Amino acid sequence: MKLVIAIVRPEKVNDVLEALYRAEVRGISMSRIQGHGGELDRVETYRGTTVKMGLSEKVRFELAVSDAFVQPTIDALCAGARTGEVGDGKIFVVPLEQAVRIRTGETAERAVTPLGK
Amino acid sequence: MTAIAVISASTHISAGDTAWMLVATAMVLLMTPALGLFYAGLVRSKNTLNTFMMSIAALAVATVMWALVGYSLAFAKGNGFIGGLGYALLHHVDFAPRAGMTIPSLLFFAFQATFCIVTVALVSGAVVERMRFAPFLLFAALWSVLVYAVLAHWAFGGGWLQAHGTLDFAGGVPVEMGSGFSALAAALVVRARKDYGRQALLPHNAVYVLLGAGLLWFGWFGFNGGSGFSTGHSSVLAFTNTLLTPACTLVVWFALDLLRGRRVTAIGAATAIIVGCVGITPAGGYISPSWAMVLGAVAALPSYAIIVLRPRTRVDETLDVLAAHGAAGLTGILFIGFVAQLPWNGASNGLLYGDAGQLGWQAIAALAGPAYAFTATFVLLRLIGLLTPLRASEDEEALGMDIVQHGEEAYATGEGAILVSTEAA
Repeated sequence: MKLVIAIVRPEKVNDVLEALYRAEVRGISMSRIQGHGGELDRVETYRGTTVKMGLSEKVRFELAVSDAFVQPTIDALCAGARTGEVGDGKIFVVPLEQAVRIRTGETAERAVTPLGK
Repeated sequence: MTAIAVISASTHISAGDTAWMLVATAMVLLMTPALGLFYAGLVRSKNTLNTFMMSIAALAVATVMWALVGYSLAFAKGNGFIGGLGYALLHHVDFAPRAGMTIPSLLFFAFQATFCIVTVALVSGAVVERMRFAPFLLFAALWSVLVYAVLAHWAFGGGWLQAHGTLDFAGGVPVEMGSGFSALAAALVVRARKDYGRQALLPHNAVYVLLGAGLLWFGWFGFNGGSGFSTGHSSVLAFTNTLLTPACTLVVWFALDLLRGRRVTAIGAATAIIVGCVGITPAGGYISPSWAMVLGAVAALPSYAIIVLRPRTRVDETLDVLAAHGAAGLTGILFIGFVAQLPWNGASNGLLYGDAGQLGWQAIAALAGPAYAFTATFVLLRLIGLLTPLRASEDEEALGMDIVQHGEEAYATGEGAILVSTEAA
């Protein structure tokens, strides 16, 4: 059981969601974040003030998956989020100690397995 | 000194008429930033500024072009197709009244300029979220002269439609059908946004849309109410009709929304306000208040149908200028031909009151105006497209036009922003 965290471009979110859906990964949460991953800084000017935007808008996906689903999830994230330019984002996979489905109290793999499986 | 002498010599200037027209001009000018707000709310947040800036661009280039040649080509003596250069560079545009009017021609110029500006801004609705800003500026400048000024001449400036008795009170031909059918041509030339038909492209702020529509309605009282160029009967009639028609359009739109989706929508309501205002624009000073209410109901139908059906096509006429302006303007122009009443307008009767010929000339205007606007815009944009790419690249479109075209964001947080320089430093 792993927690897959992916930081992707906001404009690729729909492609990522579609790829995850095709890979039958169902439990998803996402949040809008700001981050910096080595891409070129964007320069913006407001009246007389010029600023370098060190942080870019990104979207962070968090997916708790059973071990069998780790690789399909990573593949789907890469397929959906890649443009080939600097700034496509990162994927982090971390071990997950415990998961609980609040409604039923189910734990571990049963808690991260979609209903009907 | 000479200007004062001109006024006292003519003595036809009316203080009351001039006062109202000064106010009406400012009210119409407000419609352009109002439209910018309306359009900005309808696009995705990453394109807010670019969309708004297209309206601001119209304030810039359309005004300059109008002063240089546009006003002259619309309103100076010329032939049936286009005016002359007698007023180019504002020559002879001064405190003397225009023939048959009681306001200074300088004020008439300014009032008509605000019409040209808002019409240019309207067309931008077809190309938002993907057209580059520089070619848009060029397009706006040329379109204001080659399309708007020509159609304005036909309808208001002594051109062939006006000479044959086509009734167009405040711009059904040049403003509404002119922008609507030009927008269709522009959408076809610039082509669809890359995500059109693949992803849901939703309005990012419905409150902007409602506020923009409300401010447009307010400005429209100057637009229609000022198109009698006086404080006389036709202005009062058009002013009041500008209240009645959109109210009826709203009611019918609510009903259509209820029938179709069981809910009355806010963006639908904002659209209905525009459709109603557009519908009464050509007819304002020519039809009775009760017919104006009927027009409000009738005008809702074709516009609503186009708004429902157009997104099912490949034509990404993004903000539905054709439906809201082209279709409703055409409905208004034709409606005059049926229900114009001599006792109300002092000009002509429509078919229901005994004059079938009036409907004929309204129908000709409803064919010729759209045909010219569509063709001229299509050719103009194709030519500009040969000079410079009309569209941003796919990557830029994905990032959003605000950052790419303007280097600014509508909703910048400043988090993570590193100060590079200030002008003081």
